[in-house]
Formats: sequence, C-alpha cells, structure tokens
Amino acid sequence: MAMILELPHVGESVVEGTIGKWLKQPGDKLTRFEPLVEVITDKVTMEVPSPVDGSLLKILAQEGETVPMGAAIAELETADGSSGSAPTPVSLPTIAGPAGPAATPASTQQAVPTGTTGYLVKNINPVGPTGGGVGTEQETRGTEQVEETAPVSRPSSASATGEAPGGPSRPSPAVRRLAKEHGVDLAQVSGTGLGGRITRDDLMQQVEGKAATPAASPKAQPTPVDAGPDEQHVPLTPVRRMIAEAMVRSVSQIPHAWSTVEVDVTGLVAIRALVRASFEQREGVGLTYLPFAIKAMAEALKKYPTLNASWGGDKIILKRRINVGIAVSAPHGLVVPVIHDADQLSISGLAKALRDLTQRARQNKLTIEDVQGGTFTLNNTGALGSTISYPIINHPQAAIVTTEAIQKRAVVRDDAIAIRSMLNICMAFDHRINDGAESGAFLQGIKSRLESMGPDTPIY
Amino acid sequence: MPRKKPARFNGTEDSEVGIAQTPEGMPEGLTAGDLVDSYTKMILVRTLDERIWALNRQGKVPIAASCQGHEAAQLGSLLAAQKDGRCFMFPYYRDLGLKMAAGLTPTQMMLSFMGKEGEPYSNARQFPLQGADLEHNIIQISNVVGAGLTQAVGYALACKMQGEDTVVLTYFGDGASSQGEAHEAMNFAGVHRLPVIFICENNHYAISTPQRLQMVTDDIASRAQGYGFPGFTVDGMDLARCYEATREAINHARTRGPVLLEMQVERLMPHTTDDDHLRYRTQEELDGIHQHDPVATFGADLLTMGIITEEKAAEIKAEALQAINDATDAADAANPPDASTMWGRVYSE
Amino acid sequence: MAVKNVIEAVREALREEMQRDSTVFILGEDVGLRGGVFLATQNLIDEFGESRVIDTPLAEASIMGIALGAAFQGMRPIPEVQFSDFIWPAMNQLIGETARACYGTNGALPVPMTIRVPYGGGIRGGLFHSQNVETIFFHTPGLKVVAPATPYDAKGLLKSAIRDNSPVVFLEHKKTYRLVRGELPEEEYTLPIGQAEVKRAGENITIVTYGLMLHYCLEAAEAVAGEGIDVEVVDLRTLRPLDKETVLNSVKKTGKLLIVHEDNVTGGVGAEIAALVADEAFEYLDGPVTRLCGPDVPTMPFAQTLEDEYMPNTDKIAQALRKQAAY
Repeated sequence: MAMILELPHVGESVVEGTIGKWLKQPGDKLTRFEPLVEVITDKVTMEVPSPVDGSLLKILAQEGETVPMGAAIAELETADGSSGSAPTPVSLPTIAGPAGPAATPASTQQAVPTGTTGYLVKNINPVGPTGGGVGTEQETRGTEQVEETAPVSRPSSASATGEAPGGPSRPSPAVRRLAKEHGVDLAQVSGTGLGGRITRDDLMQQVEGKAATPAASPKAQPTPVDAGPDEQHVPLTPVRRMIAEAMVRSVSQIPHAWSTVEVDVTGLVAIRALVRASFEQREGVGLTYLPFAIKAMAEALKKYPTLNASWGGDKIILKRRINVGIAVSAPHGLVVPVIHDADQLSISGLAKALRDLTQRARQNKLTIEDVQGGTFTLNNTGALGSTISYPIINHPQAAIVTTEAIQKRAVVRDDAIAIRSMLNICMAFDHRINDGAESGAFLQGIKSRLESMGPDTPIY
Repeated sequence: MPRKKPARFNGTEDSEVGIAQTPEGMPEGLTAGDLVDSYTKMILVRTLDERIWALNRQGKVPIAASCQGHEAAQLGSLLAAQKDGRCFMFPYYRDLGLKMAAGLTPTQMMLSFMGKEGEPYSNARQFPLQGADLEHNIIQISNVVGAGLTQAVGYALACKMQGEDTVVLTYFGDGASSQGEAHEAMNFAGVHRLPVIFICENNHYAISTPQRLQMVTDDIASRAQGYGFPGFTVDGMDLARCYEATREAINHARTRGPVLLEMQVERLMPHTTDDDHLRYRTQEELDGIHQHDPVATFGADLLTMGIITEEKAAEIKAEALQAINDATDAADAANPPDASTMWGRVYSE
Repeated sequence: MAVKNVIEAVREALREEMQRDSTVFILGEDVGLRGGVFLATQNLIDEFGESRVIDTPLAEASIMGIALGAAFQGMRPIPEVQFSDFIWPAMNQLIGETARACYGTNGALPVPMTIRVPYGGGIRGGLFHSQNVETIFFHTPGLKVVAPATPYDAKGLLKSAIRDNSPVVFLEHKKTYRLVRGELPEEEYTLPIGQAEVKRAGENITIVTYGLMLHYCLEAAEAVAGEGIDVEVVDLRTLRPLDKETVLNSVKKTGKLLIVHEDNVTGGVGAEIAALVADEAFEYLDGPVTRLCGPDVPTMPFAQTLEDEYMPNTDKIAQALRKQAAY
C-alpha cells in the first residue's frame, strides 16, 4: 500500500526544514526506524526514520529544498502489498509535537488571541521531567509521548447546587452588614441561595425594590440529569425548595381538618353573564366568578374573625385587616399575591385588583408588599377542572378555601330534579383555632352570600 | 614543641630608627615598633576578654566567647593584612581579638557585649561583634560556622571579576572545618584560583568535641592538597610566625590562588560564658596549656629581646586597665537601643 | 509584539539586564556551556564570557553562599538552582544568611541577588523534579518571592528582580516554560514587584491564584461563564510582598473567594490569604473562603494517573466554582 511521508514537527517554534541528504534512493528497501533522510532545521539537524517496512517509491522533496513542516517529502510503499488506491498521507508520530493519531499539522497551532496574558498550549510536550528545551536531545530521540492529557475529571459527588444538608442558618457577614446599613428586616427577605439562605444579591434586590420572591428567580427551569439506567434527577430550583419547605412546615405544624359545601351559583352565573360584556368594555378588565367569591369570603370573615387568625402558641392572634391571598401559577412556580383589605373593595375593585396582581405575577413583577401580610388564602382550583380538593393551609393562617369548577348538575329542588350551576367550596382549617362549628358556620356564610347573588348584586 | 628563645634586639627602643628596625630572628617587615604595638593591643584585648567574663558573672553581659589563647594568631594574621592594606576579612565568632585590633575602641567593644545603642556591628540586633564592620573591612553575618567560608569565596570571586587585587581572609575553627560548606568553599576557590586565605584557628576542641572525634587526620592543612592549593600548619601561639605565614599567604593568594593556614592554638577558656570545660577537660590539661599563654610568652620574649622594659610593660598594663574601666563605665551608662529600632531595614530601600 | 514562551521571556530578561549592567552575572550548574538544562541561559556564555556565566561545581549551598558573598562586594549575582527540589542543601544560605543580612547589619549590607528556581509539577517529574517550595520562602521576612505565570510577567518581573537591591526568590514554573505563550513588547519594560493583576474581571466569585494554575483558572472561568457564574481571576504574580489591596478589593466586590494553588494545602500561601480575608474583608464575605490546592501528599507522583489525581486542573476548579456559586 502506498503512503505519503510528511515532514514531521519537531517543536513549536520550528516551522520548516531543509532536506539535507537522502539516505535511501527510490527502489531501496526500507526497514522500520531505519534512518531515511537528513533534515536540517534552525534548531537541530535530525535523521528522520522510516515509519514502515517497505520501500521508497518516489522522492518528492529534493536535497537542498526547504519545505514547511507537514509537507509531503516522499512516497513510500509498505511491505503488506501494493494497491492502486490513492496514497493515504501519514504523519510520523511527531517527535515533539501533538500526540495521538488524530494529530494534523493544523492542530499544532492554536488560533487564539494572545494579549499579554497569553494562553496555554495544549498539543505539544512540556519540558521533560529533568530538563529539556527546544531542540534538545530528548526531542530528537522521539521518546515516550508525554502528552498534554485531558485532565482526569473525577465524578463529582457534589451536585451543582451544593449538598449542604439543610441550608446555612446564620446570615453571612455581608448580608448582616447590608441589612443593617439599609434597615432591612431579614425575616422579610426570601433567599435564593443554598438551602434557601439569603444571599447578598437577594438582599440587594430587596433594597432596590426589585422582586425578591421566588417568582423573580432568574434561573431557568432545570433539565433532568441522567442518574443511572432507571432514573433521572431534576435539580431543585430555589422556588421549588421554598415551596417544599413551606408545605412541610404547614402540614407538620397545623392539625388540618377539611370540609366542603356545595353552592348553587345559578344566580351568580346569571348576573355575570348579564354584566360581563359591558363591564369589560367600560373597565378594560375581565369579570370572572372570583371577585364574587372573594367578596362573599371577605364578608364572612368579618362575621367569623377566628377564621382570619393565626395560632400564637399560647394565644390565638386575630388579624384586624382582611388580606386575601390568591394562589396564582406564575412561570417559575406558585405565588400568592395578596389583595389587602379585600372587605373594603367592591366587586369591581376586586376584579381590578385581581387582574393587576395576576398579570404582574405572570410577568415576574410582584413587589415584596404584594406578597406580604396575607391573612387568608383562596385557591381557584376550579380553573384546572378540580371538583373537590383537600388544600394545605398557607402557614400561619387559620384556613384556606378553594373554589372548584362550576358544573351544571342535576340536583333536587323542591322535591323535583332541577339543572343548576353548582360550585363546591372546599376548606381546610387549623383545628387548634376553630372547631367544626365555627368553620362550618363560616362556610355556610360564604354559601349563603354566594347563593343570594343575583341581578341585584351591586358590582360597584 | 619547645620554643626558640629569641635573640636580643640591639636597637634602641626609644629612637625612631630602632623602632623601625626588624629585630634579629623576626620576619621581614615586622619592626620593633610593630612588636610593641602588637603587645599593647594584645594586653588591651586580654584585659577586655577577662573583663567581659567578669561582667557576664555580674549579669551585665549575656554571652561572650573568649579568644584567650588565640591572640597571637589573630593579631599576627591581622597585622599582615593591615600592612598589605588591600585585604578583606570574614572572621568567626571567637575573633574578638581580631575585631578589636582592626580598629574598634574599647567603648565600642563594650557597647557590643552589653547590647547597647551605638553598637557598631548591627546596632545590637545581633550577638556581640556580629553583622558587619565595613569601615574595617569585616563581615560576619551569622553563627552558622562554615557559612562564612563560601561567602568569603564569593567576595573574592567578585573582587577578581571587578579587577581588584583584594585578598580575602576567612577564619574558622577546627569544628567548622567539618562543615560541608567548608569543603565546597575550598573546592570552588581551588577551581577558580581565587585570592582567598583560609585560616583555621585549630584549638583542638569544638565546644566539647576533641579533635580526634572531629577528624581522622592530625592536621587540617593537609586537606588543601585535595583542592589543589598549598596548606601549612603554623605555630598559632607565636605572633611573629603567624604574621609571617599570613604575609606570604597574601602574596600567594593575590597571584597564584588560595592558601590554607592552620594556626595551632590553645583555647584557655571554656567555649563561651555558658560552658564549663571541666566537664570534658581535666584541670591538669588546662594547667598545662596555660603554660603556653601567648600573651605571657610574647611579653616575656619582648623583655628578653630588650624591646620593652618591665616599667613599660607595667605602664601598658595599667593603661589597658584604665581604658577598659572607662569603657565599662561608658557602656554601662549607655542606653539600650530604643524599642522602635527593632522595626525596619528588613529590606534594602 | 512578538509571541514568545516563558523560557524565551526569561532568557531575554537575563540578556538585557546583563547588557545593561556589568555587575550582573549568572552562576549555577550547567548554566554556561550547556545553556541550562531548560536552555534558559542558552548562548549567554558566548555573549558575556565564562567569567559572567559560571558553571559551578555540584554544590547548592556554595552556589548560594558564593553568590551572597559576591553581593556583599557589590556585584549583582543571579544564582540558579537547577530544580527547586535541590534547593534544600542551600537553605541556610538562603534563609539563615541571605534573608538576615540586611537586617542583621542594620541595613549596612544590601543583598541585590536574584535566585532563579525552576519549580512545579505536571511534567511527570515525580517527587524530586516537581516540588513546590515557595511557601517556606514566602514565610521569610527579608526575602521577596515572585512567581509569574506568563511570558510578559516573567520578563518584566525578572528584570525588576535583578534591579532590586533586596534578595528575590524568582520562581519559574517548569510547565509554563514551553506551554504558555504570550505577547512580549519590543520596547523595554519592567513590572513592579508586589503587584497582583486581575487577569479576568468578574462579579460573582474571586479566584486568587499564581503560577501554572492561573491558566487552568482562566479556563475554568470560561467554562462556567455560560452557567451564569462570572468569575474574577486575580493572578498574584508576587507572593511576598503580597498585594493585599488587589485581593481585598476583589473579595469585597464579589463576596466569595476560591484560592487555587498547586502547593500542598496545609499551611500554603492560600492559608495566609484566607486569614487575611477573614481579618480585613470579613464584613464583605457572602460565603466561606475555600481552597483548591495540592493535597497533603509530599509531591505529585510519577505515574500519569497519580500525577493527575494530585494536580488541580480545569475541571476540578470548575466544580469548586459551581459549589461556591450555589452557596
């Protein structure tokens, strides 16, 4: 088989060589490693050995000719027979150049911008263990390839987001200092660092009034990582981590009890259908069932204040204001913006407030005030088609209520079957604060208000 | 080895001509005046040496290494260097005599031993007489014996590179001659034929280690052959012989390369004020070597030669005592260096 | 500007300073006729003669002692230790004598000496041709210690070291000799000793490093840049005196610090920097000070797998950066 012999690379600063003397002539037999040609470079004169057993077919670079490194200098025939196929160019294992069969002339030079910082050359040998520079004996002898091997990458036991068991409990010195300088209450800041710790950036965002809520987290949705043949692992975003912690906290600290009422909202449906179009045109805001539900709830909370409360260990803390949080699904996870003083807003006001909060939630533009101070939470699970839920209380509130999907159902009315629009309202309550009596009365309060809504219900 | 009794000097000690004459039996260049001068210095050195031991026992001098027994070797070799005028010295810690005779005043010596402000070698940052006295061409950086030899060789190399004809004298003891660097220094000096004189003050003890445990050979001078240059043993108790050997060595070193001079001396006192040499030497041995006290024998020789009289000797002694008393008082009254001077000069500006 | 490697930069600096000042001379093993085992002093003997490029006997203690004595006399010697691993016989002359000479003579004896020390591993040098010896000198008042990582820094700092009137231990990482290339100006320049350089500006994490590791740190910084981790890389360039200001300013900016060095972790230069930062930038720390260094194994071993296990590299550094960022 014919092959092309190229002038080998002998070092990073040598770019060309001059053919000194051919030690063999065309037709001569070649033995592997036998010196074949003398080449002169500005660093060293070297004898280039034959890479194969075979014979010299043709000299391509004449004595006295200067050729660049990598240029073809001879055509050889290997001992395992000849064929008519095109000769394949083969570089000798480079004497002090790139290691490995994939090395090509082009790969010895890296096209990188240098500057005075410079760069680390990858594909040539460093100095030998006990010395050596350009053009030393070590190179010409072509001893063992001391490669610039790729660094051995140890499988890291730590995940990308750290493996601290639980998070750091004390704020870092930087966070403490900045909190003091800017008068920030650390309890009001949510953290996006390891284990939910408040990072310096979290604090500065708080200070600068930007969203420090989980919804504002700039991190993209994580992609699953292969973990063996049977599993994939999804790394946790800070939002996910926080929600997880909040849920565990609620469920472990609050003794939950659940109750459900069925509400006949046929009248509500009717009024909404009536006013909806003109409302939207006039106000520029859509009118869903939610403002009506919030209104009913807020009024019921006024009447049953123990449902607008918190467990205080040795007391029950009644909240004066009625701030209703609405669970919203934002791009980065669940958020609960709050309509403050919901009892003082009209249906229209509630609709506008709702629209503003949900829009900003979806745009990651909620402020810290938007998510603080909630005393009661509503989750519109019905939007996803749910008919019964067993919600988890938003700690440390006294209760949470869901509005399920409104369905037309066959119910019994006055001993006859009627088709009515039915809405389930489900509630979980903290059984330390309230018993079935109060919570049941509260639910009934909501029910009666909703069932009384009709064409006379004032929107404004 | 019995010493030769010197011949009587026929010059008149009071006349200028007499003072400038070399007495019979004395080496060329060593005049009667030099001998009187050397004796005066020797008495001053001895008086200081005895005084600092006493001060140490009083708690005023923390540490001192005596040169008693070494005076002839130190002053004799120094005299040759001073007369040559183009020498530089790297002494070692026992060269109190050399360092004083090189030009320091008794008060300066006392300031050094008491660690007071104005101390000439290091402003009392170091042990007494350690650092550099460049005014008198002396450097001794450390106490690591042997380290000075390679430094001296480097100094000589630099002089040669600069085309100066300086000769460097480097002093060390028999113990230091075992240091690897002593070998390295002599080897290098031999290879490059440097103008260095290696002067070993062999007092046969390195603290408590006797010579027989320090080396196989009876002498150190014979090692020079291994380095390609001449080595000589010299009677280190005889100032004139030491002067002569050093003078010859300076001439050789300047033109032909290194010389090793082994000046054989006796250490009359313990290693330092912290040592008790009765732990490893017998009183009989010590009594024996005191018979050869070079100060006593030098004085006796000068009397015999008629270069000094008994009255002159007494006068010299009294003046020395006065000088040392004055120096003691002056140094005693002086302040230690201000604490602030601990800082600074870690680097050269 | 021409692109050169570190050994060429060193050689240029030596040559220029020897031309500039006739009191500058070189001494060491094989520095003259052979031009040095790394060719750092190649051809200098032809230009300056054997009196100024001296092939010494094989005796490290005396190489340093003789250089010191020559410095006392007023010459400007550049002794070379052939490999850092062989510097130990010279320790008294370097730490006992040289470091103390100026202080111990109350300033009477400056020591304008530059001790060149090829050091460092990653070249299959095993336990006796790879050692990191910088820390003991870093610890010693009276010495200056310089450790450049690029040709530009090597040349500029070596010229300054030679001109400095204090003794400078000049560390040249052997692996950077041929493998790091960079631009060198045609015109004359020096760089000040005692000044670090921010080789890559960033906002989230500071790396402090020196020597070969600089280049792996730069690569690691690029690797994590796409993950939203913006790394600032501070190249110390001089170990003693330490450029505290640059280090502290960077840590105050980012709040997080990773120190990377090849030398053993315990008691290394990184420990000093961690202490410095804990003392003078405590209020600015938003995370613990961490170190990624050589392990507490005497030196990197000979076999490739063992050497790789020892050596910090781009991947290990990137992992450490990710961990820091997540805190």
